[in-house]
Amino acid sequence: MNQKFTAETFPHNPEKATEEGKNKFLAFWLFLGGETVLFASLFGTFLALRNSTAGGASAAEMFEPKLVFIATMLLLTSSLTSVYAMYHMKNFEHKKMMLWLGITVLLGLGFLLLEIYEFRHYMHEYHFTIKSSAFGSSFYTLVGTHGAHVFVGLLWITTLMLRNGGRGLNLYNAPKFYIASLYWHFIDVVWIFIFTVVYLMGMVG
Amino acid sequence: MSSVAKKKPLLWDYLTTVDHKKIAILYLIAGGFFFLVGGMEALFIRIQLIKPDNTFLVGDAYNQVLTMHGTTMIFLAAMPMIFAFFNAVVPLQIGARDVAFPFLNSLGFWLFFVGGVFLNLSWFLGGAPDAGWTSYATLALHSKSHGVDFYLLGLQISGIGTLAGGINFLATIINMRAPGLTYMRMPLFTWTVFVTSALILFAFPALTIGLALLMFDRLFGTAFFDASLGGNSMIFEHLFWIFGHPEVYILVLPAFGIFSDIIPAFSKKRLFGYSSMVFATVLIGFLGFMVWAHHMFTDGLGAVANAIFAVATMAIAVPTGVKIFNWLLTMWGGQIRFTTPMLWSVAFIPSFVLGGVTGIMNAAAPADYQFHDSYFVVAHFHYVIVGGVVFGLFAGAHYWWPKMFGKILNETLGKITFFLFFIGFHLTFFIQHFLGLMGMPRRYFTYLPGQGLDTGNMISSIGAMFMGLATIVMLINVVYTAIKGKKAAGDAWGVGRTLEWSIPSPAPEYNFAQIPYVRGLDALWVEKMEGDGKMTPAEPLGDIHMPNSSILPFVMSVGLFIAAFGAMYNDQLKNHTAVGVLILGLFITFGSMFLRSWIDDHGFHIHKEDIADEGVEA
Amino acid sequence: MKHWRLVSLISLIAVILSACGHANQSTLNPQGEVAKMQYDLMKLSTLIMVFVVAVVTVLFLYVIVKYRHRKGQENIIPKQVEGNHFLELLWTIIPVILLIILAVPTVSQTFKLSDEKQISKDEKKKDAIVINVNAHLFWWEFEYPKQKFITSQDMYIPVGKKVILNLKGQDIKHSFWVPSLAGKIDTNVEGENKMWLSADKVGTYNGFCAEFCGPSHSLMQFKVKVVSQADYDKWLADMKNQKGQAVTADAQEGEKIFKQSCIGCHAADANDTRPPAARLAPNLANFGDRDMVAGIAKNNEANIKKWLTNPEAMKPGNLMTGKYGDLSADQIDALTAYLTSLKIAK
Repeated sequence: MNQKFTAETFPHNPEKATEEGKNKFLAFWLFLGGETVLFASLFGTFLALRNSTAGGASAAEMFEPKLVFIATMLLLTSSLTSVYAMYHMKNFEHKKMMLWLGITVLLGLGFLLLEIYEFRHYMHEYHFTIKSSAFGSSFYTLVGTHGAHVFVGLLWITTLMLRNGGRGLNLYNAPKFYIASLYWHFIDVVWIFIFTVVYLMGMVG
Repeated sequence: MSSVAKKKPLLWDYLTTVDHKKIAILYLIAGGFFFLVGGMEALFIRIQLIKPDNTFLVGDAYNQVLTMHGTTMIFLAAMPMIFAFFNAVVPLQIGARDVAFPFLNSLGFWLFFVGGVFLNLSWFLGGAPDAGWTSYATLALHSKSHGVDFYLLGLQISGIGTLAGGINFLATIINMRAPGLTYMRMPLFTWTVFVTSALILFAFPALTIGLALLMFDRLFGTAFFDASLGGNSMIFEHLFWIFGHPEVYILVLPAFGIFSDIIPAFSKKRLFGYSSMVFATVLIGFLGFMVWAHHMFTDGLGAVANAIFAVATMAIAVPTGVKIFNWLLTMWGGQIRFTTPMLWSVAFIPSFVLGGVTGIMNAAAPADYQFHDSYFVVAHFHYVIVGGVVFGLFAGAHYWWPKMFGKILNETLGKITFFLFFIGFHLTFFIQHFLGLMGMPRRYFTYLPGQGLDTGNMISSIGAMFMGLATIVMLINVVYTAIKGKKAAGDAWGVGRTLEWSIPSPAPEYNFAQIPYVRGLDALWVEKMEGDGKMTPAEPLGDIHMPNSSILPFVMSVGLFIAAFGAMYNDQLKNHTAVGVLILGLFITFGSMFLRSWIDDHGFHIHKEDIADEGVEA
Repeated sequence: MKHWRLVSLISLIAVILSACGHANQSTLNPQGEVAKMQYDLMKLSTLIMVFVVAVVTVLFLYVIVKYRHRKGQENIIPKQVEGNHFLELLWTIIPVILLIILAVPTVSQTFKLSDEKQISKDEKKKDAIVINVNAHLFWWEFEYPKQKFITSQDMYIPVGKKVILNLKGQDIKHSFWVPSLAGKIDTNVEGENKMWLSADKVGTYNGFCAEFCGPSHSLMQFKVKVVSQADYDKWLADMKNQKGQAVTADAQEGEKIFKQSCIGCHAADANDTRPPAARLAPNLANFGDRDMVAGIAKNNEANIKKWLTNPEAMKPGNLMTGKYGDLSADQIDALTAYLTSLKIAK
């Protein structure tokens, strides 16, 4: 744990260079498998109930392409910036990793703020709430669960950055950064499905 | 035990332990306790049904008891006792020092325990859940007391613990096998734990969502299952059974694994058809996800859906049958010693087959239109769960008791338990097939006289008493053995084939002084036949790295326990005290998670001088 | 030990054969075409499964007797057999064949019984017999849509004819089960299910709720009354005339009380045109003819009075409790007289 590294001696895959790292790496992929089933269940519920508007506004009436596109771009870009961060981590470039992680967090925060604005807009304009219809319940639960995952991800990455800002990279914290970035990619992939199934399919009708 | 382990007070030791062996004991005690609770609930049910128009336990009170009987037995008794054996045995069988994530292991236990306590507090706080262990949405939404909320929140908390356990054992088995222990050299019990853990990983999230949606409807006024706002209660059924069917394989596959270790040991023969057994286990696990709608044949899904699920369900009989024949052929040509674990294993074979064949009968959808929701189904699932899982738990308990506690359970008392239970089991449940066929639906608190159901019910109730007696004898055995039992050797039964029997009983804190090198299937047997009966070490003697114990898993679980109360009484966010309690609980839990992330924990070392020079025993 | 199992097995079989169950309630004594089809499938599956159990049992008994450890064998190690490819194939292929034997009639029968499109087609035929079944907490309503009247608890059908049922749950999910005539089908809240059945013999058959629905789930029983075609036609015509009017003086007193305390939920006129959601309680137009009070107690004066005095004691959780205030003994007597008078004129 106290081993000092240089850019030359740092392993190519620092996240998997210890037994603990290997275990965390594997376990996290397994966890993502479970999360996939979790979101699949929410998607299934949404697909079954998306037309049950109980007389209220439908997806086609409410969803705005521009807003959704900007949100998508923010999140997709944040996934790209997290890739940059991991690239720098593997090259033992601690400061650059932190920079790109910081940008990732800001982009993710932007996504969340936009989503909060979007929800409030629906509630005020259309009285479309989590209780107003089965469609409302399934929409807010699916998209909201994703948003909650984004929120947790932001807290997670920020905490890692604060804790490890002063102590550089080593084989103890490299796996931690790595799985946080795996998580971030997963949330991005889920968003692609949400974008397609909820928004695109909803707007096309 | 290593002299380095600081002597902690017993309670603190167990509250903070991350040692898989102690966690196994915690699971066994908690699961055993809830087994007694569930058993009492069963006795109450059978007392009520001993005669028609009985008034011992009626209406909603009966419904609470029947709901809790099923929920407790499946989630709080069977699953934890299965986890007890996962924990006690798997790291030893694969030559590891602990599971991949000891802290997470402890967290899994405490979450399960706290969820179980929370659920049972409902008895004292307005009434237990009364919508059945399946808690179908329209009935559950209709239920007035907080009982169903206790169910939803309690199982949600326990479920997270189980999921954590599943991930832990998958990572452990994949990454931490000793050198030479390839997948096809793993003991079959470890294989079944592997497949079961995969089932847990993929099945529990569906339950999580089902429970969450129902909770949202009940506590926050959403409309998932409210037909007046476009909701559909069949969605709950799908989500529940997408979890629920794999769940029964989660229950039974480890039992199959236990029998697959015991039968070879007490027949003095290797498991017949090992690769077929592995393949059959994987196939059963996979097919288990393909059949859930056979619980919904009478819902009106249509002929196509019913036909597909009927045929898929029948398919599972094939790998299961393969297993039965392989067990029989393992005993063929062997020298069978009828120790108590072997008695349970042998009795399992015809008992489980009876349950399995009625399963196939249920699979024939049009016939199931008669069987469904009748006592025929009750008979079927008790035959497979009791005749399969419970027999397996008794067998495993006897078999591995010396490895866990250092003593063998008394054989005479064990045999008395076995015979009483076996007789009681068949008396109780065989006749129930006919009660169902004669028109007795399930979940009925009474039946009318003159419908031909009186005698069968009486016989069934008498059988239950036998099982109750048997359980009491088992408890006596546990106490008697603790006081008077003889110390057991490392190879406690003298027939050990697998790695856990190569170390002392009970296992030392670090399991193996030196990680062993595995030369083939039945690693210890290979050494007995071809070597000196001892395992060859795969590493030199050195300092052993051990994880630190921690109170945080317990604290995190208590936090969720507190939060659950807040969630239950929040009254759609209008009860500010309850909301405060909810936030406090979540703060405790997430705060603990934060502490765990922030504070470095690198464990400690047992120095090589302090490792007792016991070598690795045969 | 082994003997014990054999003896108990044989004696149980004797019990089985002697207790095939009552003809008005047992799936083993089918009294209608659908139940007969299902019984045939049950018999086929039982036969195949008994064969499997027999093979396993024989092998099992042989193994545990013959290969029991005997004294003096302690130092002998049995031959460690890895497996046998041929056997693995054998006990894979034979079960597959057995399952195919079961699967074919299963699939075929599933389509004969559960093909909603076909049932809808049959429903549109001119002389189709159609009944709408509405399940409630804790009672059953039967609507005869072609004849436009409502009844409850006793469902009349003509012998030997196919009857098509449209089933719905009006509050929560229940399930409609008449074991001697047909398998069950759930009554869902979200949509209608369809099934058909027919009865071979005139008689009364027991019906049950078969989906857990609350405190009185066990007590939500009903009857299917199978009558001759002539009797059925007459019954249909008579029911149209059941308007719930009291004839005798006793009954008129009761009718007055009924119109004050009961009419909010119950109708005594079979021609109730209110929508299903408004029909909150069983229609009582032919109450006097029914076999049972509240589905579970013999229909006589004592039981009617018991029910009216304290419905909660007879059927916990029922929705009539507390709806009509306290009635004096005289009022209950009058109501009883009224209710028993609600009969089809002979």
